Amino acid sequence: MESNGIVEKLREKFPDEVLADYQHLGQNCVLIRRDHILDVCRYLRDECSMNHLMCLCGVDNSTRTSTVDSFSERFEVVYQLYSIATKQMIRLRTQVPEDDCSIESITSLWIGADWLERECFDLMGIHFDGHPDLRRILTPDDWEGHPLRKEYPLRGDREWIGYEELKAKSKELSKFDFHSRDHEKGEHE
Amino acid sequence: MSKAMTVDIPVSAGDEDHYRIKMGPQHPATHGVLRVDLDLQGETILECVPHVGYLHRGFEKLAEHRSYVQNLVLTDRLDYIAAMANNVGYCEAVEKLLGIEVPLRARYLRTMVCEMSRISGHLLGLATHALDIGAMTVFLYCFRERETLLELFAELCGARLTPTYTRLGGVRQDVTHSIMMKLERFVNEFPANIEEYETLIDTNRIWLMRTVDVGTLSAEDAVSLSITGPSLRGSGVDYDIRKHFPYAAYDLVDFEVPLGETGDTYARYRCRIEEMHQSNHILRQCIEQMPPGPIIGDDAPDLVMPVKQGRKLEVDAPARQGLIKLIEDRETFMEGDIYVPTEVPKGELGFYFISDGKGSPYRMHIRSPSFIHIGALKTMAKGVMVADLIAIIGTMDVVLGECDR
Repeated sequence: MESNGIVEKLREKFPDEVLADYQHLGQNCVLIRRDHILDVCRYLRDECSMNHLMCLCGVDNSTRTSTVDSFSERFEVVYQLYSIATKQMIRLRTQVPEDDCSIESITSLWIGADWLERECFDLMGIHFDGHPDLRRILTPDDWEGHPLRKEYPLRGDREWIGYEELKAKSKELSKFDFHSRDHEKGEHE
Repeated sequence: MSKAMTVDIPVSAGDEDHYRIKMGPQHPATHGVLRVDLDLQGETILECVPHVGYLHRGFEKLAEHRSYVQNLVLTDRLDYIAAMANNVGYCEAVEKLLGIEVPLRARYLRTMVCEMSRISGHLLGLATHALDIGAMTVFLYCFRERETLLELFAELCGARLTPTYTRLGGVRQDVTHSIMMKLERFVNEFPANIEEYETLIDTNRIWLMRTVDVGTLSAEDAVSLSITGPSLRGSGVDYDIRKHFPYAAYDLVDFEVPLGETGDTYARYRCRIEEMHQSNHILRQCIEQMPPGPIIGDDAPDLVMPVKQGRKLEVDAPARQGLIKLIEDRETFMEGDIYVPTEVPKGELGFYFISDGKGSPYRMHIRSPSFIHIGALKTMAKGVMVADLIAIIGTMDVVLGECDR
């Protein structure tokens, strides 16, 4: 698993974009400036045969304390790329500031990035410019907030509005309940 | 006799064949709570928009609030059809992150349960796929063998579907002689059973018409869609995590990666059948080569089950708290991040961890193959017939528990 060559190639090709690189537990990681992530990804895909997008996810660094790592911005988008042909893996990390929470979409390079970016938007609230259909995906359309942000509580103080509607509807329809005619009143209530 | 009620839906003149229907989330052919919004021209799909999230339980958020040990049970609820493989995937990832050594016997046991769950996962995939297309008998045959494996899981760890068998640093319990005997009998009989399925559908005219040239994916498209597992290998791309990133004891056993050529539904079906043969081959090697030794490492930060036979160690509530505390207080945790992929029956299950040195992950991202495969439906279902969409959903072998997390 020697992908040092790729890191050097990246440094050569994009001297201003590569902020830092490190190796942890045998995996290579490169910190990339946000603005040209699409170009970097295109270069890796076309020139370095990094054709498999393994993973794309957002990270909220707001409560993270680290002695080895440095992060200046609140959010981070992590791309994990792999070359099936040369068996090399590389991780790209890009910092995204809170006040301008957006990054270029890579759906033009990988069709599969579509849902991964939607998930990241849904759970972390990072906007992907140029995404064809950026909507919520795992949570309902009328959900409030982005669950994976650190300030979002694990357990909220009220139910989701859709659940309240469902409960009201179920109560309303309960008079048509199949069982209520067979049993004594009160058993099901 | 009550009169059947009909409702006239107004359609604009000249556009009578244009429908918009919602298939699911309670549709039996969508393998769970998947909803597909279809824009139809007659029976041809103009546009297909899958909707997921009905089963979202927030594992990634939950994981940040629990310790590494506690998160293990969440992974059972991902792909509940082959939960053992998820357990192994999670443990391999955490062990790499925390630097825990796993004894050889435990690695072999993991390989064994992984392959057992791969067979049971493929069997269920084939069973429901065939049932959707209309082959009822295959379903019954597949469930017969799956039952044997689930019974073995129950004997091994007491649960059929949610085993939580692995532990950080090893596995929970050793295999007994009885389990190995039963498994050996299964391994000897299974190739003949696969032949039984093949006699039913392999050259069946209806099966061929429903699968050949349906849902064809070229190798470039499949890679671009991030499809993995047998669905990718059906298109002829040689990418199997067990070969590319060997984990457990996969570097010590011999097996081949079956590849398809055409990339259609039939090629993927053949890939899964061949993979079951290979899994059987691996199981046989595991039985033959099973080394003696401990099943859990010395530095495993875990709730270790009592090793003493026939006696139960009572763990009362405060002691249990203490054991969980143990892992929270460990200072050996390294900071940093890691991405570890493993090959589960559906494809590449990856865990991306960020550790900030505390007892619970700072961030845990699950790369679930089913999520990505359902995302690919939109591209694959364009311009096909409704009936072929059913075949495509079946052949992608999705499970919604893993998709929604």
